[in-house]
Amino acid sequence: MPIGWYLVVSALIFCIGAGGVLVRRDPLVILLCLELMLNGANLALVAFARMWGGESGQIFALIVMVVAACEVTVGLGLIVAIYRRRLPVDVDELSELHG
Amino acid sequence: MHATTVTTFGWLVLLCPLVGTALIALTYRWLPGRSAGWIATLAIALSFAFSVVVFVKLLGRTPSHRQLVSSLWNYNLTSGVDARMQILVDPLSVFMILVVSGVSTLIHLYSVTYLWEDRGFRRYFSYLNYFVFSMLLLVLAGNFVLLIVGWAFVGAASYLLISFWYRRTTATRAGLKAFVINVVGDVGLVLATFFLFQHTGTVGFLRTFHEVRHVFSHNDADLVVACLLLLVGAFAKSAQVPLHTWLPDAMEGPTPVSALIHAATMVTAGVYLIARMHPLFEHAPTAADVGAIGGCLTLLIAATIAIVQVDLKRVIAYSTMSQIGYMIMGVSVGAYSAGLFHLMTHAFFKALLFMAAGSIIGAMAGVQSLDRMGGFRRALPFTFACFLVGGLALSGLPPFSGWLSKDDILGYLDHRGGGFLILGIAGYVGALLTGIYTFRMIFRAFFGEPVEEARELEHGHLAHAEVPRNPLTGEEEDTDVGFPGPGHFIAEREWPMRIAMGTLAVLAVIGGAIQIPGVDDAVGRFLDPSFADSRLAHVQVATGASWVGLIIGALVAVAGITIAYRVWVVHVPEASAVQARLPWLHRFLVNKWYFDEAIEFVVVRPALWIGGVATSMLERLVIGDIVTGGATGIIRAGSAAVRRAQTGFLRYYAAGMVLFISVIALYFLVSS
Amino acid sequence: MSAVFFFIAAIAAVTGAIGVVSLRNPFYAVLSLAFHLVSLAALFLLLRAEFVAAAQVVVYAGAVMVLYVFVVAYVGGGESLPSGAVLRVLGPLFALALVIELSIAMLGSGLSGVKHKGAPYVLGFGTPGHIGNLLLTKYLFPFEAASILLLVAAVGAVVLARRRAGLEDTTEGETPDAIRISTAQPGYVGTMAEAAGVRPSPQEEPLEPEVEPVGGSARVERGGW
Repeated sequence: MPIGWYLVVSALIFCIGAGGVLVRRDPLVILLCLELMLNGANLALVAFARMWGGESGQIFALIVMVVAACEVTVGLGLIVAIYRRRLPVDVDELSELHG
Repeated sequence: MHATTVTTFGWLVLLCPLVGTALIALTYRWLPGRSAGWIATLAIALSFAFSVVVFVKLLGRTPSHRQLVSSLWNYNLTSGVDARMQILVDPLSVFMILVVSGVSTLIHLYSVTYLWEDRGFRRYFSYLNYFVFSMLLLVLAGNFVLLIVGWAFVGAASYLLISFWYRRTTATRAGLKAFVINVVGDVGLVLATFFLFQHTGTVGFLRTFHEVRHVFSHNDADLVVACLLLLVGAFAKSAQVPLHTWLPDAMEGPTPVSALIHAATMVTAGVYLIARMHPLFEHAPTAADVGAIGGCLTLLIAATIAIVQVDLKRVIAYSTMSQIGYMIMGVSVGAYSAGLFHLMTHAFFKALLFMAAGSIIGAMAGVQSLDRMGGFRRALPFTFACFLVGGLALSGLPPFSGWLSKDDILGYLDHRGGGFLILGIAGYVGALLTGIYTFRMIFRAFFGEPVEEARELEHGHLAHAEVPRNPLTGEEEDTDVGFPGPGHFIAEREWPMRIAMGTLAVLAVIGGAIQIPGVDDAVGRFLDPSFADSRLAHVQVATGASWVGLIIGALVAVAGITIAYRVWVVHVPEASAVQARLPWLHRFLVNKWYFDEAIEFVVVRPALWIGGVATSMLERLVIGDIVTGGATGIIRAGSAAVRRAQTGFLRYYAAGMVLFISVIALYFLVSS
Repeated sequence: MSAVFFFIAAIAAVTGAIGVVSLRNPFYAVLSLAFHLVSLAALFLLLRAEFVAAAQVVVYAGAVMVLYVFVVAYVGGGESLPSGAVLRVLGPLFALALVIELSIAMLGSGLSGVKHKGAPYVLGFGTPGHIGNLLLTKYLFPFEAASILLLVAAVGAVVLARRRAGLEDTTEGETPDAIRISTAQPGYVGTMAEAAGVRPSPQEEPLEPEVEPVGGSARVERGGW
């Protein structure tokens, strides 16, 4: 398939993830949507790696995976902590950091 | 004599009082007893000794080589202004430093006793030495820069000494008044310097005088303006009309201060200035004429006011103003040696008068009003003798020095004729008034029924006030620091006062002998090198004409004394009768020709109004509310507006981010 | 042939994505994401990135999703709350705008490789050998940095989510008087320090076993620093 198709799929996944971040209220699901966006980026990277022939894109994608894993870890830790504190696990309620 | 040794001694003349003031100021805590006074007196005495040395050495040089310049330090030579720390030792400045340091030494001696019990003794002598240093700096200055420095220092010293008794409101107000008027003069002086420098390109005296004739045409407008500005400076410092209102108020200072600053030295700075700048004034006769007329007006106005003054010191102050008017008139028209001769003799007899006044005020326990004095002849014989000598010299009776010097000026004026004859006649009228007010003072204080203080003093008991009071307003005071000390001193009991007054009395009597027309011309010949370039200085009055003038002057003086005698000794109620017949005149004169009120109306009130407007409108409204408030208000409103974006809702932030990314992507898409 | 596989995998990935976004139950969303990840791995394989595909399945779908499952099981997912009205419309709108722009950018741009099927195939492209070689030579620094990042994240997660000393999350014990700090803050205000157990929390309402909906009280207390 021409690489362009993969890029379109990647864009689609990314934007679905973005939309999900904006629409959902559960922080867990928001994190899931973030994962979606990262995956979309990964796909684009690997597609470009295939397009140009070098493996740099794949290495980048691996590092992105690592970063995503770390971010998920920390994010879930946060959610667990919030839950433990008996706070509502809802991003619209957790709005104390305002000006 | 090598030039540098002469000028070295010139620098030493300046150094002694400077060391004196610094020493006393820095070590006053550790100075035992009253040594500060003796240190100060010694410093000035040394300065006088060095002045004499300079004088002698200068005489050892040929007359054409008697103008010596010495620079100690270059302030700045690169930006086109040749500003150096430079003194000019020439006959004029040597004449002035002799007078200044000589009279200052005697006044220091007098002050040691006068302020013996004052808590501010050491501060006083530090200030006094500082003043003498400033005055010597002024007269020794070799360029405009140092002249301005000395001028400003003298003003500062005057302020410090007038408000010496600083807890007296009247004294501090007087000090401020003197300083403000002096500053007006300073501005005139500085502006004049700029005007001259703009054309001549130099600030040194000798070079300026040399350039004047080449750079300016006769009566050039710029030169006239510069000279008029110099006159503003001279008039402010010498208390001439209309910048004279500070001098009577300056009598709030201790009497020796009045003697030194406001009789013998500082007020003569204006005379010195005009004499020094004579090449400029001769090249711009318009300004010189203004100076002469100003001097003439002053001598008449001051003399008329002195006749009705009740405060002893203020009579002498107005007398000073009047005599300085003579001097200014003299040096403005070209009678330089005559004017400076009168400066010298005036220093002698005016300082003497002030010292004697201090003595009688001491006998009166601080009271200065002539209304309360009377009949001190027997109680204070020495003071009376000194007062008499000073008064006779002031009135111009032969053979006292004042006679010769005053009539020297008037003779010159008459000789020059034309408009100057009118000035000369005005001078004689002034001499008549001088005789009147001087002897009014003497007769009221020393003749007539002895007052209670005088009677007590005849029995050997010096009067003492139970509650010290402000002599002007009668307010109660105490004798702690900031007010006069508890002691009152009279010449009859204190030897330093007697030595000082005696010396001055002798000088007042014989001082004129050095310039008797037809006999010798010591002052004229000595000062000749300074005025060698002057056309007017070489106008020689014929001996005969001089003697005619002298005789007229003597007759006028006798007439004045006789009138005073008649009014205040023979037929005492006559004074009140005259006053009753001309109450409006009396009021006009007692209110000092309403100059204070006029200045208050024209200058002070508008200034205060501007200040009020500036505070309420400019400061509060414009700067406070509009500028500061506006700037902060804008920022605060801006940040409040921006703050509303910080909602705390995560998803709105995310939405914003996505939106922005879309926008940016769109921009790049469109632009590519 | 590969086109067929591509379309199957692509549609599966997009379906999984939409499932993540729209499924109410978070558990189902997690499962949907796992499905999406596997289909993405298939796409990677089609792009000849063997090692990345394997890593995707093992790390992402294997480890990260399992972690998610555990947390969802722990936290529970009682999401019955609707999202805000405004964003329900604007969100998809922004996303749509973004996807259109990206598509235009990618396809309409002058990128030369978009029409082709890719560069000529080099033997060993995408194999673990090649990747490993690059990781240890050209991209050593990112590799090491990533490992440090992992360490930091692990430590951070432990610190974040550990239990505070002596306190159970279901029974709020009495804080000793000496260390109780009374402040003007509303009760549910939390800080990282408190989560980490450094500063004791102010006294809270008495304990209840299940999480009560604190929406009401929260609304009253909001904005009162």
